[in-house]
Amino acid sequence: MKIIQVKHLVKNFKDIEAVCDISFEVEQGQIFALLGPNGAGKSTTIKILTTLLKPTSGEVIINGFNVAKNPDDVRRSFGIVFQDSSLDDELTAYENMDFHGVLYKVLKKLRRERIEQLMKMVDLWERKNSLVKTFSGGMKRRLEIARGFLHHPQIIFLDEPTLGLDPQTRNHIWDYINRLNKDENITVVFTTHYMDEAEKVAEEIAIIDHGKIVEYGTPQELKDKAGTQSLEDAFLHFTGYDLREELAGSVDRMRAIKNHKK
Amino acid sequence: MSTIFILWLRQLKRSLRSKARIIGALSQPVLFLLALGYGFGPVFQKAGEGNYLQFLTPGIIAMTVLFSSIVSGMDIIWDKEFGFLKETLVAPVSRINIMLGRTLGGATISIAQGFIVLAIAFLFGFRPTSLGSLLIAPIFILLIAILFTALGTAIASVLEDMQGFQMIMNFLVMPIFFLSGAIFSFEDLPKGLAVMARIDPLSYGIDGLRGALTGVYQFGFLHDFTILGALTLILVFIGSYMFSKIEI
Repeated sequence: MKIIQVKHLVKNFKDIEAVCDISFEVEQGQIFALLGPNGAGKSTTIKILTTLLKPTSGEVIINGFNVAKNPDDVRRSFGIVFQDSSLDDELTAYENMDFHGVLYKVLKKLRRERIEQLMKMVDLWERKNSLVKTFSGGMKRRLEIARGFLHHPQIIFLDEPTLGLDPQTRNHIWDYINRLNKDENITVVFTTHYMDEAEKVAEEIAIIDHGKIVEYGTPQELKDKAGTQSLEDAFLHFTGYDLREELAGSVDRMRAIKNHKK
Repeated sequence: MSTIFILWLRQLKRSLRSKARIIGALSQPVLFLLALGYGFGPVFQKAGEGNYLQFLTPGIIAMTVLFSSIVSGMDIIWDKEFGFLKETLVAPVSRINIMLGRTLGGATISIAQGFIVLAIAFLFGFRPTSLGSLLIAPIFILLIAILFTALGTAIASVLEDMQGFQMIMNFLVMPIFFLSGAIFSFEDLPKGLAVMARIDPLSYGIDGLRGALTGVYQFGFLHDFTILGALTLILVFIGSYMFSKIEI
């Protein structure tokens, strides 16, 4: 069954065409990677798939529901780990999990069980009553992953889930994700800049550049097509060697201000 | 319902954990009560207007609620900056409930602060006219709190980051406070100021609060309540609409 269907998706911001006519499909239970240089349109695509942005045109069907017409049914179908933290720093780890559970209407008893199980899985159960602001980047990311699975979604979106983490933590995180993919048959869609990760984990890859899908296939197919040894070389082959410009997001600006004040 | 409750609870927990914010929010009204209350007291008395602290206290309570409500409404900007807003926006719940939960949480904090200021004013010598009047005061505090939390939410929904916050404080919140009759009486005002005070929604909150606490209404209970209540409903509606339109 095709759990994600994207047909001729277009997204324009004022004068910029961020996504121009993208189409792809993801099978249920598959691990699917969306790769591309900075500013290629990956995050915009994920935001549309997760109902945070409305498509300019085209159709996106998630778990049988149209993102534009039935956003709430779509929202119940997926969990997401964003590129930037989306935890509340002033709440404890447990409170963040509990908050999520209430929003997704997971009943109290079940909620407690699952929170304990998931937090144990990511080795954070001992720290359940610590405020999130005392956590390191890796711990926050682990907590977010645990939270993303709390309502047993059919699909999990991971936008650069291992960005800025050490190899140990990265390995751990992919272990959890692989395990949940196998055990629960959860479909995984992720973006990353670490080509070795994509090569190791992904079953299907779409390479996006300038808002278009430039290549599509299994890691092996992409390497064969480019005639390269590694996925990284294949990636560079398809997307070129030019550096990309990306607008600073408001978060980056905010951090600059905050650090300045300190 | 559970959505509204959990968001209400979150606002409460955040505020209670931020000690600096609580102290900051209370030090300002204390300063105003002391400096203005005791500073202008003698002049006010000589002009034959009675006890200034008695007159000023409702205005300072309203000011506390106003500032605290706007700030808590604008909390959304921080959530936008630090990502937490995304967590609530991808959840399968109605955005109106998210907005209502936040607003009620912010309003609850503001109301608590309003009452703390009332208690402090009591120590300074403020006396409400009757116990019965104390029961009407919360109505106006509640309306002021919800009105301005919703206004803060509406503004925060369209602002990108905290850069605009100072401008909102200077060009919107301070005028709302200073033109409202919090520190002066509506009687014998210069024409221009009188008109502006009539436009300022806080004027009706303060008049209602002052009437409730000290028995002296300028516009009358029903007048204050109707205007303030209607404005609150409108602002909650606008705030919900703006919030539902947020795209990240």
